Amino acid sequence: MPRRDDIRTVMVIGSGPIVIGQACEFDYSGTQACKVLRREGFRVVLVNSNPATIMTDPEFADRTYVEPLTPESVLQVIERERPDALLPTLGGQTGLNVAVALAEAGALEDYGVRLIGASLEAIRRAEDRRLFVRTMAEAGLPLPRSGFAHSVAEAEAVAGSLGYPVMVRPSFVLGGGGTGIAAGPEELRLIAGEGIAASPIGEVLVEESVEGWKEFELEVMRDGADNAVVVCSVENLDPMGVHTGDSITVAPAQTLSDREYQDMRDAALACIRAVGVETGGSNIQFAVDPRDGRMVVIEMNPRVSRSSALASKATGFPIAKIAAMLAVGYRLDEIPNDITGETPACFEPALDYVVVKIPRWAFEKFPGADPRLGTRMKSVGEVMAAGRTFREALGKALRSLERDADLGADGAEAPEDILAELGRPAEGRLALVEAALRRGHGVDEVATASGIDPWFVDQIAQVVEEADALAGRRLARLSAEDLLRAKRAGLSDRRLAVLLGAREREVRAARSAAGVRPVFKTVDTCAGEFPARTPYFYSAYERETEARPSARPRVVILGSGPNRIGQGIEFDYACVHAAFALRQAGYETVMVNCNPETVSTDYDTSDRLYFEPLTVEDVVAVCEAEDPIGVVVQLGGQTPLALAGELEAEGFPILGTTPASIDLAEDRGKFGAVLRRLGIAHPPHGEASSAEEAAAVAARIGFPVVVRPSYVLGGRAMEIVYSEDELAGYLESATAASPAHPVLVDRFLEGAIEVDVDAVADGAEVYIAAVMEHIEEAGVHSGDSSCTVPPVTLSDDELDEIERLTRAIAGALDVRGLLNIQFAVKDERVWVLEANPRASRTAPFVSKATGVPLAKAAALVLVGRSLADLRHEGLLPADDAHYRRLRHVAVKAAVLPFGRFPGVDTVLGPEMRSTGEVMGIASDLGLALARAQAATGAALPSKGTVFVSVSNRDKRSIVFPVKRLWDLGFRILATRGTAALLARAGIEASPVDKVSEGHPNAVDLIRGGRVDLVINTPFGREPRSDGWSIRTAAAATGVPCITTLQGAFAAVQGIEALLRDREEPRSLQEYHAGSWAG
Amino acid sequence: MTRALLALEDGTTFPGRSLGASGETFGEVVFNTGMSGYQEVLTDPSYARQIVVMTYPHQGNYGVNAEDAESWGVRVAGFVVREAARRPSSWRAQRALGEYLAEAGVVGIDDLDTRSLTLHIREAGAMRAGISTDDLDPGSLVERVRRQPGMAGADLARTVSTERPYVGDGQGPVRFRVAAFDWGLKRNSLRLLARSGCATTVYPALTPAEEVLREGFDGVFLSNGPGDPAATPYAVETARRLLGRVPVFGICLGHQVLARALGGSTYKLRFGHRGANQPVVDLDTARVAVTSHNHGFAVDPAGWEAASSRSRGGGDPTTAVAAMRGTPVVHTNFGRVALTHWNLNDGVLEGLRCVDVPAFSVQYHPEAAPGPHDSVELFDRFTALMEAAR
Ligand SMILES: Nc1ncnc2c1ncn2[C@@H]1O[C@H](COP(=O)(O)OP(=O)(O)O)[C@@H](O)[C@H]1O
Ligand SMILES: Nc1ncnc2c1ncn2[C@@H]1O[C@H](COP(=O)(O)OP(=O)(O)O)[C@@H](O)[C@H]1O
Ligand SMILES: [Mg+2]
Ligand SMILES: [Mg+2]
Repeated sequence: MPRRDDIRTVMVIGSGPIVIGQACEFDYSGTQACKVLRREGFRVVLVNSNPATIMTDPEFADRTYVEPLTPESVLQVIERERPDALLPTLGGQTGLNVAVALAEAGALEDYGVRLIGASLEAIRRAEDRRLFVRTMAEAGLPLPRSGFAHSVAEAEAVAGSLGYPVMVRPSFVLGGGGTGIAAGPEELRLIAGEGIAASPIGEVLVEESVEGWKEFELEVMRDGADNAVVVCSVENLDPMGVHTGDSITVAPAQTLSDREYQDMRDAALACIRAVGVETGGSNIQFAVDPRDGRMVVIEMNPRVSRSSALASKATGFPIAKIAAMLAVGYRLDEIPNDITGETPACFEPALDYVVVKIPRWAFEKFPGADPRLGTRMKSVGEVMAAGRTFREALGKALRSLERDADLGADGAEAPEDILAELGRPAEGRLALVEAALRRGHGVDEVATASGIDPWFVDQIAQVVEEADALAGRRLARLSAEDLLRAKRAGLSDRRLAVLLGAREREVRAARSAAGVRPVFKTVDTCAGEFPARTPYFYSAYERETEARPSARPRVVILGSGPNRIGQGIEFDYACVHAAFALRQAGYETVMVNCNPETVSTDYDTSDRLYFEPLTVEDVVAVCEAEDPIGVVVQLGGQTPLALAGELEAEGFPILGTTPASIDLAEDRGKFGAVLRRLGIAHPPHGEASSAEEAAAVAARIGFPVVVRPSYVLGGRAMEIVYSEDELAGYLESATAASPAHPVLVDRFLEGAIEVDVDAVADGAEVYIAAVMEHIEEAGVHSGDSSCTVPPVTLSDDELDEIERLTRAIAGALDVRGLLNIQFAVKDERVWVLEANPRASRTAPFVSKATGVPLAKAAALVLVGRSLADLRHEGLLPADDAHYRRLRHVAVKAAVLPFGRFPGVDTVLGPEMRSTGEVMGIASDLGLALARAQAATGAALPSKGTVFVSVSNRDKRSIVFPVKRLWDLGFRILATRGTAALLARAGIEASPVDKVSEGHPNAVDLIRGGRVDLVINTPFGREPRSDGWSIRTAAAATGVPCITTLQGAFAAVQGIEALLRDREEPRSLQEYHAGSWAG
Repeated sequence: MTRALLALEDGTTFPGRSLGASGETFGEVVFNTGMSGYQEVLTDPSYARQIVVMTYPHQGNYGVNAEDAESWGVRVAGFVVREAARRPSSWRAQRALGEYLAEAGVVGIDDLDTRSLTLHIREAGAMRAGISTDDLDPGSLVERVRRQPGMAGADLARTVSTERPYVGDGQGPVRFRVAAFDWGLKRNSLRLLARSGCATTVYPALTPAEEVLREGFDGVFLSNGPGDPAATPYAVETARRLLGRVPVFGICLGHQVLARALGGSTYKLRFGHRGANQPVVDLDTARVAVTSHNHGFAVDPAGWEAASSRSRGGGDPTTAVAAMRGTPVVHTNFGRVALTHWNLNDGVLEGLRCVDVPAFSVQYHPEAAPGPHDSVELFDRFTALMEAAR
C-alpha cells in the first residue's frame, strides 16, 4: 500500500508553547513529520504559536503560520490554505484538542479536510474516559474499577462503593491536571471539586487506586494494513502514584518475565486495535501489582507523546517520522529502518543497553508550591542516558541533570524517619534510598518503604557499596582495575574526587594514565545483529569502541542539557541551526547532548550524535574520541559556556569568543571595569559578604536595589528591595551572604524600558539582528516579559545609541559569534544590564520575526566566515537596520506555569519563571499583542467584565486604560479605593469586597467565572495578601491576569485591535518575503 | 570471585567472571537478541550444544521459576551475559539465574563486553567456542576449542528427544488427536496444541512413520530441534512417508525437515536468527508478524526447480517482497508448494504451504515462549487443515 495520492496538502498542528507536560518533544516529532511529508512531495501547512521551534523555521513547511492554537485561528488558516488533510497526532494534547474541536464543530467537513492518523471516533474512544472504559471492557482488557461523577456528592458515592483510597481524574485534561489520590472523603471533596472544575465537560472518573503498583508503558505503532509493533517498553522506577512524566523511567522494562511482558504486549496491541487508531503511534500505560502480577490498563494516548519521543531516542526508531508516513498510506514493511538502512521499520527494536530518564524540576522557583510528587506532572524537563548497565546509565543521567546529584553522595542530611520519608516521594528520593541503605536498612525494607522494585534498589545498593569501598582511600593508590570498577559502577570523576579527597582533574589524569577511558557503543535498533549506518553513540566502560572518526574536519557542538526555566528549547534551536549550517559548509558535525526531547538529539540532525552528559568528564571523552578542529560552546546556553575554560585547558580549541572573553562578560566585576573604560552607563553596584556590608553598599548606591546571590544564574533568588528592612528580610529568608557566597547589589532602575539586543560579531564588524523593546518595565525578567520587534516607542536616536553601545561592547569583549545584551532606557539614557556572549533566548524569535537566520550566520562566523561574505551570499540582509523597517510587528509573550502550582503568586519579578513563549505577528502592534495573548491560552476578551485593583503607585496611570475599556463597553469592577478613583474620572465602577472584607468578594467572582479580565498590580511583598488571593484565583481559573501597568496598556491596544476588522493570518513565508523586499 | 575465560576458535578470547557451575564447556557460540525470556532460552532443546550469548546486558532480573521452563531443564551448553542479577525480583521468582545454572551443572560467564562479542560473531559467523573456569590460558583453551566438532553435519535431534512416547496434558474438550515428533519439542507447543483442542501424543525422534500412521491421528506435528537438518535423514524419511497421508505442521527443524522431504535443500546461515523481533511477512495474507526465532540453518528457496529467481539473503528484502505479487509457487515431488513466509530483514524463506497435500511449516516459533504471540493462530490453521482433511 504505497503513498496515498488523494491528498496534496497536509496541515500539521504543533503543540504551542512549552508548558509543563508538553515540551519540545513535540517540536522533535513535528519537525520529523514535516520533513518526511515534504520529502514525500506533500505541500505542508504548519500552525504553531511557538517561535522557538525548529518546525516553524520557514524551510520546514510550505506555509508556516505562527498563530494561536485555538480552533478559531486554525480555522482561519484552513479557510486560507484549504488543506486536504489534517494530521492531529503530532502536536501533543493541544494539537489533538484543536483538531477534535474543529472536527466536532463540523468545520473540517465543511472544508473537506480529512483527519489522518486517527479518526475522531478513535480519539474520542481514547480520550473520553467514559468511552475508554467501555471500549476496554468490550476488548476484555482490565482497568481499575471505577465510576463517573459530575458532582462532589456523586464522587463520594462512587468512592464509597470502591473503598478508599481512590484516584480522581478529570476527562480531557493533560499532564495529570486536576487528578489526585484521595485517602478519605475529606481529600476527595477537595480533589473531586477541583477535577470537575478542571474538566472541560465537568466530569471526573473516580477509580480504584493502584498506588504503589509497578508502572509500565508500551509504545505501539500500527499501519493501515493492521500490522502492529511495540517499539519500546518502559518501566517506571517510581511506583504508580507518581506521574510517569515525573518518574525516573527505564527502557527496556527490567523486571517483567517474558510471559508477563508478552501478555502486556498482547494487551497493548488489543488496546490500539480496540480504540481504532488506524495508523501511527500510541502510548499505553499499565500497572502491575508486584504481589501477584495482576495487570490493569491505566490509559492510552492515541498520538505521539512525551514517552514516544523518549522511546524514539532510546531505541533509534523514529516514531513520529514513521507515524507521518503511515498516516499518508505507507505500511510499516514499506518503510526502511534508517539506522540499519537494510531492514524495514516493521520490527521491534532490540536494545543491548539500558536507558534511564530522569525528570528535572524547578521547585526552587516556586516557593509555596508542594514539592511532593504525585499524579500531576510538575517537572519542566528531563535527561536521558544510556549505559551498558543500569548503574552506568543512572550515573550518567544523574550528572546530566547538572544538579550535583551524583549517586554515591553521602546521605548525611537524611531525616530521622527516613523510611516514612521514602513513602512520600519528592525530587531527592534517590539520595534518600542511598542514605537509607547506608544506615543499614536492607534492600527489601527500602523497597517496601519506597515502592521501588527491589531490583532497582539493589542496583543502587551496589553503587553505594562501590563508593563506600573507595571512601578514604588515596587516588594514587588505586589500581587501574579499581578505577575501572568504579567507573563501571557509574561513579563520576567528580564523585570519585570527593570520595578520594582529590580534584576532579586529578581523577581524570589518573584515569588517563591508567588507560581507563570510556569506549563508545552504537544505538543500532538491533542489538548488533545488523551493521548500523547511523553513528549514534553512548559511552560505556567496555572493551571495544565503535566510534571511529572520519577524515573530514569535525566540529563538536555542545547542546544545552535538560530543559529548565531559563534554558530551554531556544538554545537547542541554535545548536540545531549550527549543525545544519556547518554540515552544509562541509564540516562533519558532532552533537553532544542529553535531552531526549530535542531536535538536536535526533540522529539525523548532525553527522554524529553522542548522547552524553554535558560535564567536563563526558565532553572531554567525546573530544578525545573525535579530535575536532574546535568545540562550539556558545549556542547551548549557560551549560556549555561554563565548560569553555576547562575544555580549552584540556587542549580543545573553543570556536568563537574565547573563554577569557567569556569570563570578562560573565564576571560582573570585570565586566563593570570594561564598561567604565568604555564610558558606558551601568547601574552602580557592589558585592557584599555580610548583611552589614550589604546595608552599606545599598546605602552607597541608594534604594531601590536589586539583590541576588553571586553564584547562581537565571535570575535565581533575585529580588527588588525598596528599603533597609526589606534588605535585611531578604538576607534572612532568601540568601545569607557569606564570603564564599557573596551577594550582588545593584541600583534598581525603576520605571526603565528594558531592551534586548541580539547581534553577531566576526571581529571586523557587528551585525545587529534586532533591538527588542520589552512591554513590561525593567524589573520583570527578560524571559518573562513580552517584547516587540520592531521596537515601538524607542526613537531612532535611542536605537542608534543602543546599536553603538552594542558594537562597542562587542569590540571590547572581542566577540566572535553571538552576543545578547540587555539594556535599560531611562530618562533618555541607555544603561547596560548585562551582556551574554552566547546565543540568547530571543534568537529564534528574532529569526522568525525578521526572517534572518541568525544562529546559522553565527555558526558560520565561528568557523571563520565573515559577515561580509554572508551578506554577499544573501544569508544576511544588505540593510543593516533591517529589523527597524519590517512591515509587520512581532510580539513575544511568555507562558507561565502557575496553573500547575496552586497557591504560588503570579506576580512577575526579576526571577524568571516562564516555561515557554509564543509569538503573535500581524500588521500592527495591537493585533500582534492580541494574537500573542491568545496563543498563551489566556485570550483577551472583547467584551465582558474587567476587575481592576492596583497599587497606589499605579492608580494615577491606570485611569486612562480603564477609561478606554469602559468606553469599549466593558463592565468595570474594582476594589473600593480603585473604584472611588475611577468614579472621579467618570467611570462607573462597581465596588467589590476584598477577601478580607467578606463575601461575595473579588475571589468569589473570579472563581465563579464572572470576570473576564483581571488587572492587578502588586502592592508590595507581603505574602498571602488580597492581591495574592486575586491573582492565584485568576491563575487557577485561567482568567487572563495582568500584573503590570505596561501590560494593561498593551492589553487595551490588543482589545481595540480585536474589535476592529479581522485581519487574516499570514504565513511567515509571506511576512518574510514582504520584509526582505522592503 | 571466580574467573572464567571464553575462547573462540578463531583465537578471540574474553576474560570474565564465572557464572553458574565451575568447569568447562564447549559448543557453538551464537547470540540471541531477545530482551526477556532467558529461562525459556536456557531450557529450549534447540540450543543443544550451543553457547548462547544474550545481547541484552542484564539477565536474571526476574529470577527463574518452575513454570517458565520449556523442557525438563537447562539445555544450552553454556551461557554468556554481560551481567547476571545479584538480586532477582519477581513475585514468581524462585531462584537466581546463577544458582539455576549451577544446579544444572551448566558453565556460564558474565562481566564481559557481550556487544563486542556479538559484533564479532556477526562478522565472523557462529563458530566453536569454549568457556572454562579451570583453564584460563587463552592459547590452551583456544587450542582445545579447535579440537571440538562443529555444528555442520551434527545430528542432535535424536539426542534431545524423549526416550519413550507420552501423552501431553489435555485442556478442555478434545477435537483432534495429534502425534508430535520430539526432535527438541518445547512445552509451549504442547500447551498451544492442547488449547486448540488437540490431544497430543509425543514420539521419540526415531519413531518410524508407519508406527504413527497406524494410530490414525488427525495430524502430525514436526517439532523444532537442534543441529543440522541435513544430518537427520531419518527425520526427512519420516516426513516423506507422512506427506499426503496425514496433515502435517512443522516448525523450525520440522520445517527444514519438511522442506527436505519435499526435495528442497537447506544451508547454514552465517550467524542465524535468534531473538524475538524478526519481521516475517505471510504473502498469503500480506500481513507482517513479529516473530520468535532460533535457527542457524534455513531452507534454500532456490532448491526447487521452478523457484522464482531470488537470491538468498541480501538484496533489499522490502522491495523484493513488495515486488512479489502473490505467493511464489514451486514444483516439488509432492506437487505445488507455495513459499509463503519471508523474513523482511534478510529475505530468508520462513515458511511454506503445500498446495496439493495437507502440510505447512514455518521456520520460526509460533509457539513463542519466549517472544511475541503474533503467530499463535498458526495452530488454528493446523486444526483447520485437520478439519478439512476429515
Ligand atoms: N488508579 C490509579 N491509582 C493510582 N495511581 C494512578 C491511577 N491512575 C493513574 N495513576 C497515576 O497518575 C499518573 C497520571 O495518570 P494518567 O492516567 O497516566 O494521566 P496523564 O494523562 O496525566 O498521563 C500515572 O502516571 C500514575 O502514576
Ligand atoms: N539594575 C537593574 N535595574 C532594573 N532592572 C534590573 C536591573 N538588573 C536586573 N534587572 C531586571 O532583572 C532581570 C534579570 O536580570 P539579569 O541581570 O538579566 O539576569 P539573568 O542572568 O537572569 O538574565 C532583567 O531582565 C531586568 O528586568
Ligand atoms: Mg499518563
Ligand atoms: Mg538577563
